Amino acid sequence: MAKRLKTPLSENDVRSLKLGETIFLDGVIFTGRDEVHIHALEYLEKGKKIPVDFNGSALFHCGPIMKKVNDKWVAVACGPTTSSRMNSLEPQFIEKFRPGAIIGKGGMSQPTVDAMKKHGCVYLAFTGGAAVLAAKGVKSVSGVEWFELGMPEAIWIMNAENFGPLTVAIDAHGNSLYADLSVKIKENEKKAREMLGLK
Amino acid sequence: MVTETDIQNATVELLRKTVVKLPADVEEAIRKAYAAETDEVPKMQLKAIVDNIDMAVKGNTPMCQDTGVTIFYATVPKDCKVDIAKGIVEGVRRATKEVPLRPNAVHPITRKNPGDNVGERHPYINWKMWDKDYIEITVMTKGAGSENMSQLAMLTPSQGLKGIKEFVLNAVLRAGSNPCPPTILGVGIGGSSDIAMKLAKEALLRPLNQRHSDPEIAKLEKELLEAINILGIGPMGLGGKTTCLGLNIEYAFCHTASLPVGLNVQCWAGRRGTVRIHPNGKVEYPTHEG
Repeated sequence: MAKRLKTPLSENDVRSLKLGETIFLDGVIFTGRDEVHIHALEYLEKGKKIPVDFNGSALFHCGPIMKKVNDKWVAVACGPTTSSRMNSLEPQFIEKFRPGAIIGKGGMSQPTVDAMKKHGCVYLAFTGGAAVLAAKGVKSVSGVEWFELGMPEAIWIMNAENFGPLTVAIDAHGNSLYADLSVKIKENEKKAREMLGLK
Repeated sequence: MVTETDIQNATVELLRKTVVKLPADVEEAIRKAYAAETDEVPKMQLKAIVDNIDMAVKGNTPMCQDTGVTIFYATVPKDCKVDIAKGIVEGVRRATKEVPLRPNAVHPITRKNPGDNVGERHPYINWKMWDKDYIEITVMTKGAGSENMSQLAMLTPSQGLKGIKEFVLNAVLRAGSNPCPPTILGVGIGGSSDIAMKLAKEALLRPLNQRHSDPEIAKLEKELLEAINILGIGPMGLGGKTTCLGLNIEYAFCHTASLPVGLNVQCWAGRRGTVRIHPNGKVEYPTHEG
């Protein structure tokens, strides 16, 4: 049975998650990608207050398509974006804002894996491109901050219900499915090179 | 007579169909990959993709939030008088609101987003002329996750075929989990730096189940695809049997001192659509029949 968790996540919730486990989320999810990372860290440096509390939250690397229906925002399509673009800022973001989970696709590099271990955070992989499936797990949208950054880059405040399936791809103990797999890929590369007649 | 409004309407409808439903050959390749997968983690990734494909069609909703940048290929009769470019641009503006598409197009330096997917040289249109009496417009809605993994190599002639294979293999390894695998790869060989990249993208327009008419190129397509699928990067880079759904190559003659190779990476959502607008006003969508 897949596990269901509710945000905000406690450190205990986060630390109990095992690599490869499937989970579904309920509760508030914040979207935030390139510009949110840049802005939030800039705000912090200038001593300005950011509009949401990321502590224990699920930060979703996502730039959704939103539509206004009867004056309310509705998520039309909201799959994950490529997390590796945030590699350079994520360790600092985790340290300063302490999210409990990051939802994205494609995984993140070693400094982020280390920061997740240190501060208690996990990486939950959602299938890239499965944006309608993702939108099905967003029950409502309660607001938007930093809308001036543009629809894909704003912070959307989503209320999730049974959002998933999510795979624990980086746990809070320094393990990563991507790092494990890269060892196998290196082995397979030899076979591929042989097939192509390369050294 | 075909008017600018006809082009505009056809563009909106073309974009709607393209972002909602995959061409049959791409969908077939995905379903085959799903059926073939045995490991639990990649199977779940492919199930999410297959479910998502069905849900998008059922709800008439874009399958992915990244509705991409809109790359157009317009082929027009020689005596065509209608302002097709304007029809396409206004069609994109309307589709952004009506479908809706995500407003993706921004100024490259200021990053300012006008919100309607229209700006300097965007949407981009590639032009051709022909002797037929109808206008054909093809669009590719190209997401950034995969496009960002595209590459150009200016090889030397002595690097030859091995150099081409090496370049493609290394690019796939470097892209890893990022471009939303299983991917579709377009390879452009020869020409010049710009032509190799252009051919790489055009290669993505060919259905995945059609090999190149030149048997040597067809053989290279198969060989590269097989080798890439040995890597085990798998759906979403979480391991598995299918890393690449299909690989197409196009080539052009090049300078005797050059060997340019372009690689265009496409995510599993290989969205392309074509509309034909006939002089009698009849409009058909050959990639999206039924």
